[in-house]
Amino acid sequence: MKRTLWLEDGTSFVGTAFGADVETTGEVVFQTGMTGYQEMLSDPSYCDQLIVLTNPLIGNYGVNREDFETTVPMAKGLIVKEVCDAPSNFRSTATLSDTLKRFEIPGLAGVDTRMLTRHLRARGVMRGVMVDGESTWETVQYRFEDNLPTNQVERVSTKRAYVTTGSGPRIALIDFGAKLGIMRELVKRDCEVVVLPHDVTAEEVLRYEPDGVMLSNGPGDPKDVPTALPLIEKLMPVLPMFGICLGHQLISLAGGADTFKLPFGHRGANHPVLELETGAVTITSQNHGYAVDETSLATTGLVVTHRAVNDGTVEGVKHLHYPTFSVQYHPEAAPGPYDANDLFDRFMQLVQENKQKVGM
Amino acid sequence: MPKRPDIQKILVIGSGPIVIGQAAEFDYAGTQACLALKEEGYEVILVNSNPATIMTDPTTADRVYIEPLEPEFVERIIRQERPDALLATLGGQTGLNLAMELDRRGVLADCGVELLGTKLSAIEQAEDREQFRDLMYKLGHGVPESEIVQSLDAAWGFAEQIGYPIIIRPAYTLGGTGGGIAHDRASFEQIVESGLKASPVTQVLLEKSIAGMKEVEYEVMRDSSDQAIIVCAMENFDPVGVHTGDSIVFAPTQTLSDRDYQMLRSVSLDIIRALGIEGGCNIQFALDPDSFTYYVIEVNPRVSRSSALASKATGYPIAKLAAKVAVGYKLSELKNPVTETSYASFEPALDYVVAKIPRFAFDKFESADRRLGTQMKATGEVMAIGRNVEEALLKAVRSLELGTEDLAVPRLAQLSQHELERELTTPTDERLWMLYEALRRGYSTEQLHELTKIDRFFLSKLMRIWEHEATLSREPLTQEHLVETKRLGFSDKMIARILNENVETVTALRDEWGIRPVYKMVDTCAAEFASETPYFYGTYEVENEAVKTEKPSILVLGSGPIRIGQGVEFDYATVHSIQTIRDAGYEAIIINNNPETVSTDFSISDRLYFEPLTTEDVLEVIRNEQPLGVIVQFGGQTAINLADSLEANGVQILGTSLEDLDRAEDRKAFEATLTKEGLAQPPGKTAVTVEEAVACADLLGYPVLVRPSYVLGGRAMEIVYEQSELERYMRHAVVASKERPVLIDRYLTGIEIEVDAICDGTDVYIPGIMEHIERAGVHSGDSIAVYPPQRLSDELKQQVVDYTIKLAKAFRIKGLLNIQFVYADDLYVIEVNPRASRTVPFISKVTGLPVARIATQTILGTSLKDLGLGTGMHPEADAISVKVPVFSFAKLKEVDPTLGPEMKSTGEVMATDRTLEKALYKGLVAAGMTIALKGNVLLTVADQDKAEALDIARRFHRLGFRLMATSGTAHTLEQAALPVKRVGKINEEGETMLSVIERGVDIVLNTTTRDALTTKDGFIIRRAAAEQGVLCLTSLDTVKALLQVIESLSFQTTSLPAFTEFGVTV
Repeated sequence: MKRTLWLEDGTSFVGTAFGADVETTGEVVFQTGMTGYQEMLSDPSYCDQLIVLTNPLIGNYGVNREDFETTVPMAKGLIVKEVCDAPSNFRSTATLSDTLKRFEIPGLAGVDTRMLTRHLRARGVMRGVMVDGESTWETVQYRFEDNLPTNQVERVSTKRAYVTTGSGPRIALIDFGAKLGIMRELVKRDCEVVVLPHDVTAEEVLRYEPDGVMLSNGPGDPKDVPTALPLIEKLMPVLPMFGICLGHQLISLAGGADTFKLPFGHRGANHPVLELETGAVTITSQNHGYAVDETSLATTGLVVTHRAVNDGTVEGVKHLHYPTFSVQYHPEAAPGPYDANDLFDRFMQLVQENKQKVGM
Repeated sequence: MPKRPDIQKILVIGSGPIVIGQAAEFDYAGTQACLALKEEGYEVILVNSNPATIMTDPTTADRVYIEPLEPEFVERIIRQERPDALLATLGGQTGLNLAMELDRRGVLADCGVELLGTKLSAIEQAEDREQFRDLMYKLGHGVPESEIVQSLDAAWGFAEQIGYPIIIRPAYTLGGTGGGIAHDRASFEQIVESGLKASPVTQVLLEKSIAGMKEVEYEVMRDSSDQAIIVCAMENFDPVGVHTGDSIVFAPTQTLSDRDYQMLRSVSLDIIRALGIEGGCNIQFALDPDSFTYYVIEVNPRVSRSSALASKATGYPIAKLAAKVAVGYKLSELKNPVTETSYASFEPALDYVVAKIPRFAFDKFESADRRLGTQMKATGEVMAIGRNVEEALLKAVRSLELGTEDLAVPRLAQLSQHELERELTTPTDERLWMLYEALRRGYSTEQLHELTKIDRFFLSKLMRIWEHEATLSREPLTQEHLVETKRLGFSDKMIARILNENVETVTALRDEWGIRPVYKMVDTCAAEFASETPYFYGTYEVENEAVKTEKPSILVLGSGPIRIGQGVEFDYATVHSIQTIRDAGYEAIIINNNPETVSTDFSISDRLYFEPLTTEDVLEVIRNEQPLGVIVQFGGQTAINLADSLEANGVQILGTSLEDLDRAEDRKAFEATLTKEGLAQPPGKTAVTVEEAVACADLLGYPVLVRPSYVLGGRAMEIVYEQSELERYMRHAVVASKERPVLIDRYLTGIEIEVDAICDGTDVYIPGIMEHIERAGVHSGDSIAVYPPQRLSDELKQQVVDYTIKLAKAFRIKGLLNIQFVYADDLYVIEVNPRASRTVPFISKVTGLPVARIATQTILGTSLKDLGLGTGMHPEADAISVKVPVFSFAKLKEVDPTLGPEMKSTGEVMATDRTLEKALYKGLVAAGMTIALKGNVLLTVADQDKAEALDIARRFHRLGFRLMATSGTAHTLEQAALPVKRVGKINEEGETMLSVIERGVDIVLNTTTRDALTTKDGFIIRRAAAEQGVLCLTSLDTVKALLQVIESLSFQTTSLPAFTEFGVTV
């Protein structure tokens, strides 16, 4: 069956349908990672997005039980050059097509994904709709009249608090659309993790007596999550805090800085990041469409700690007085390199130091 | 840290001659490195013995030494040049070994030379088996368990602990004799016992067999600030057990999940950091297909064949950046030369699939053992890029130039099921075609996986090609179906075969439906950043990124994969041609498919198309680029062979016209031209039957040179000394027919002379004449060439020049030509090649004339007179230079090391000195020979050579060598009163040729006829010599040259003559 991707500028790409048989609308973004489609698909940060994968062959190693980053993937669609229906990997339990069907996500294969990527690179990310058959612009144009929803975080965040047990420090993980990878890293370090919904208040958090606060990644525009700002403002002076991706943007906004939309974002597993203090460069996994405006940090008490080697945008900040730091990229990897994994250790150290201080 | 200001002068060591396992990739790496260092303002001194490299051009380094890569010579250069630093990690294993030896001898310390890049201790840690294992244990990374045992009892202990299969390798035996893989107790007991018996020290190495696992390679880079990245990860189609150089390889990895990939990525970074490598490094893994278990197979602490492949596969120039890292740069300080906007400290993202297939020389070496194992056998490789596995694979298949563009080979239908399955379980170079045959016969991917252990993913891709073929042959062809077929990489020729149509019909249909490839850019970043890289591949997609520019362009066809007979020399000429075209103000476009070479470095040309060199693929590029014309004369036979079909499609061939190219290749037209010009050819005839052949030979007189008329390049060519041999040849060696008769020429045992010349249509300029040490009958590529000639009179040289001028004009050459003559009382023309030859780099270097550049200029319309050259011969140099062939016999089991009309060498070295003897000495040493000044010589020669061998024996005797010979030869020597130790033939009692070769012979001289018995015995001893590393010479002329060298190195010790008085002994 034919399926067409229409972009809001009127460009269309015709290919073959795979996955679920539904029509869809979302923001079209491209991802350059060569492995990790299962993790990308299930990363809640892709909520309401149609993901174009630049690696032309997708599905080769199938889908397994372990590599999901959330229970219900929220991506709106997957666009590939070629999808593999005969996967080969010892952990594979399903094909990608079947998995997409299971989660009611439509796929589009057989399009010139490089052309589409170049288009998005030149014009910036834009909205797109995926419809069956070969339609005309007139028949789809109306679908662009409504803006995309802005409540992604609300939709992907947990509705109620839950706890995983552990013998180490107790960490309050504020779930703006957290990847399971973050939980995995905390649990690996023996943390007792209290996962809390995005709209939790500072008082509620403190009631759990956590040793530290972790702000997760999540979808959409950070400015669409205003409820988080007072929470962060209140907790920052009292508890060690580590923010990832959306969490990093929210810390910056809470501090009084500004964020802006990047033309086509950073989505891939090969992004070099420079740590200003040491001069070390780390290859990182990234997935963000917004960035913190460096000039706006001036009076916030936050300073830049990391910068993207390629375009110089802010990749990490820390607070001058509070035990708060955050990064724009994904130290939990999954998908992508583990090179920045030690940031979790740094967070643990901060938690330990703070505990001792409080103890005295 | 920016570049180091404390060093100024850097010595770079090249990798020497091309041998199996160390090929053109080091010319690419070395050239990049030298240019990168020069770009930084360093003074670069280069030493390499291989003239056929861009690296050894005077433009690549500030000073180039073409000298043997031996410590004595390099030490001399170091003492003379006093470099501040040495860069050795770009010259392959040769470069590394040499650096280690120079360090061991204290030369580096003595002369204050610092080794740049990776430290020697790190290199040792990576290469020393024990040290490496210790490090892996310390880091907690798996290596295959192994143990050295001296008894069966001890062996049982290992087997119980590890489990089967186990590899058993007896210590110190010839080519691993007595070893093997044991799959159970019974076979283990048997192999260990025989292995212990076979080992002179009663010792076997037991190792856990990891054969059958997935093989994955990571190309890693690290700088001195400990920043490390992965440039490329590649997955082998062939499981562990086939040498990675012989494996079909895909990039990026295809069947690794992100967790698998990241696990090995982290291990790679861990290892490169633990070793402290500064620059590039290659790490090979075996990955258990059923778990996360992995083993580190090997680490190459330097740039390698794989890094050349990774550079071409990603666009990331590893060698260039490794050189910059070696002088102190951090990766984050270096711009990514592809995007020029991003930095070198990132990991390339691919949005295509790359396939590499090795190229073997088994078409030349029919007797060779084609089974693939842990010893590399490939001479070269091709790479192809597509948007899926099928397309990349099929493009690579047709780049191989094996005479098929297809996976289906009709002759395989003859194989029995048993034979086919044996081929599948013990892979050979033909495994891809065997797999396809099996699919044709209905084998499932699961069955094939059981037989081959190849990952089901790759097998399912082959299955998809086969199923698509089956549908094509069943259903009427629609436009949509044809598009899909082209997207799967099928060539028009393959489609024509399936549809039972001719190829023109398919192409016409494609034209009618407007089904055209587009060209996509290789940009290191999957289009994330705008790039200007002029590096493209063709695919059947929508958007074309290679938009033709306004500038007039010229297309140069490259020479494809490196094989015996068509080596890196042709890439050398191609690169020169491209550079000249650019200098002349045109846009230079190149099509080539060899990832090892300089010509496929995207910074060499204005536009690089990494595409197969077939009519279809080349015509599509031409359609996209609309060049003024195509130059075919630098790309060897590969490019020349395309001239016909290109011109038939209206393409302008620049340089010598197609008609004239044909005239030189077609035997009849060639003869007619020679006759017209009054130039002699060795007398010859053609024959179809045995009787005709005998009659011809009687008329011509023996020996005669016989060959079939339908093959090129010396294949199946033989020198025949008597009627019985001729009858055998006609009956068994060839299939003759009226259309394809056998050619019989008188074999002239004169001096072979070779000339390269340039003609602009009016004038003919001859850079130089070369004389071969070996007589005609030994392939010119396997002969030692001498410049300037030493045995030719001025009159004869003038005659050669006159003939060359006549021939250049008669064949209306525009550009280069190469002529081979034989002088035997008279001058005869053997061959005229209207193209760049193998000797172009050599003659360019010894004369200082950039021959391929001048030729390109004449092709572009500049006259020789404009260049200040005109007609005539370039003044001869004073120094004497030799070009010595280099062979890879030790790597190619069952290939006969004897020299003959069929070319066998894989590479060459050059040496220059004041006298012929000195030049020869250096040449022979550079070619890897150990020149013994005393010791034992074993002589076993054919009857026709006995008289000449006697003189040789006498000279060895006079030098103090002890003579050994088999009965016939010994008899001849004894009759001449020479002391000789008789040794038995192979199966005789007591000391035999074989036993003496194994202990204590320094030089073997063996000549042979094709008579069955001597061939077999001779073959065995020549192989034994090759495997023992004993110098084995099969041409009397080479021995004489060697004697000349030894004599010049030795003082004469002669007794006083007896007193004579009036002519009477007192």
